[in-house]
Amino acid sequence: MDFASFLIQTLNSLQYGLLLFLVASGLTLVFGIMGIINLAHGSFYMIGAYIAFVLTSATGSLMLAIALGIPLALAIGAFLEWALFSHLYKRDHLEQVLLTFGLILIFEQLRSILIGDDVHGVAIPAFLDMSIQLTEVMSYPVYRLAISAVCIVLAIALYYVIQRTRLGMMIRAGNDDRTMVEALGININMMYRVVFALGVALAALAGMLAAPISSVYPNMGSSVLIISFVVVVIGGIGSVWGALVAALIVGFADTFGKVLLPEISGMIVYLVMAVVLLWRPEGILKKA
Amino acid sequence: MSNMLLEAKELHTYYGASHILHGIDFNIREGEGIALMGRNGMGKSTLIKSMLGIVRPKHGRVLVRGDDYTRSRTYQTAQQGIAYVPEGRGIFKSLSVRENLLMSARAGIDGRREWTFDRVMDTFPRLGERINNGGWQLSGGEQQMLTIGRALMTNPDLLILDEATEGLAPLIAMEIWRIVKEIRKTGIATVIVDKNHGAVTSICDRAMILVKGQVVFAGTSDEIRAQPELIQKHLGV
Repeated sequence: MDFASFLIQTLNSLQYGLLLFLVASGLTLVFGIMGIINLAHGSFYMIGAYIAFVLTSATGSLMLAIALGIPLALAIGAFLEWALFSHLYKRDHLEQVLLTFGLILIFEQLRSILIGDDVHGVAIPAFLDMSIQLTEVMSYPVYRLAISAVCIVLAIALYYVIQRTRLGMMIRAGNDDRTMVEALGININMMYRVVFALGVALAALAGMLAAPISSVYPNMGSSVLIISFVVVVIGGIGSVWGALVAALIVGFADTFGKVLLPEISGMIVYLVMAVVLLWRPEGILKKA
Repeated sequence: MSNMLLEAKELHTYYGASHILHGIDFNIREGEGIALMGRNGMGKSTLIKSMLGIVRPKHGRVLVRGDDYTRSRTYQTAQQGIAYVPEGRGIFKSLSVRENLLMSARAGIDGRREWTFDRVMDTFPRLGERINNGGWQLSGGEQQMLTIGRALMTNPDLLILDEATEGLAPLIAMEIWRIVKEIRKTGIATVIVDKNHGAVTSICDRAMILVKGQVVFAGTSDEIRAQPELIQKHLGV
């Protein structure tokens, strides 16, 4: 592999890994703090991509679509937490899986009824629609760099919120001992709603950002869901930093696996997961 | 008489099919200290948890300052100025000592902020030395100081200490008792569960003994100290 293709694959790994992080961070928080296995989390990625498609078609600008889409996703998240998920906290995992699996079907049906089953594309914003020439034949699209940049900014913001703010302290404390958080007079229901809405918005944003490069198609959430669970398990349930490290590992393993070991590329991510779990059954960064 | 802070009336609590509390009455007024006594498994912790809404009583009522809190969420009861230091301490292990204290900080029910971060530091100098350590790096005594400090950061009117000195070395336990006495002097009402009958009854005005989820004795600390046979019968090992 020459340097230019190595660079391209590295950038692709980063971009894929960071995008996965956006989806997985919400999944791991909801799983770690509220104890909810949310199979519908991938659907939020799908919903984000369709929001990007619909709003870009309506407004003519992906930027505007994202600006409108984020508050919309937050509202959807807060509503779902209030209407459905808040009733799941004290229930066992089977009931959680039944409800959230049911939600996947409902979301897909709604998508089919409202928008149809065709595959759609979303245009890259004109000011990002260019490439950086690396060699005579190879170039790298600026839009992918922009995705990585946005994700890095969000990861830093998330780091700040979780490590430096009182909300972040409460979130981490909730991961340790929910009852005690509540016994200190903290309205944990409100905290759950905020965290859930944030998780939905991050997953939806990942879908919006990915829409121009992956296109928008039915069931696009399911593959993201599975790989996000892999990220959560590798990183350690509830650990946002674990999710970041794990998402990058998965991004690199998947991207380079397809290039270097194409025969087993479908397995590589799972092999990595198996090895990590043998080494650290709790995930890489459980203590975080 | 000062105002009633927390009352339980005829509480019956179950864990599954096991009947743990058999109609318990309990009350504590502003500024009072109550020693809650009894052997293990007699329902002391369950009584506390039932009053805080951490477990739900099947029958009976819980009143906070005269208002019904039987069906309230735990955080709503806690916001009425009730701070809880649970058995096993329940510090947040992923948070530093500083964060454990800051995350719980709030004004008291009348808006006062007597207990600030600095005051907690003055009260527990040992915590000051460990301020940036993770919660998981503390010794048992330091953990207990941290949970008490964290409870004080909510500027409570009532502090509930379940197993205040369990598992602590005698010198550390003495340090905890000294601090609890200091806290009592500030006028915070206190419910204390502890195996050290001498220490709790000397700190508290009243005492209550639970046997199999029922109150077998309720009176002043002086009364119970005058009846060593009571202690021997219900608390002796």
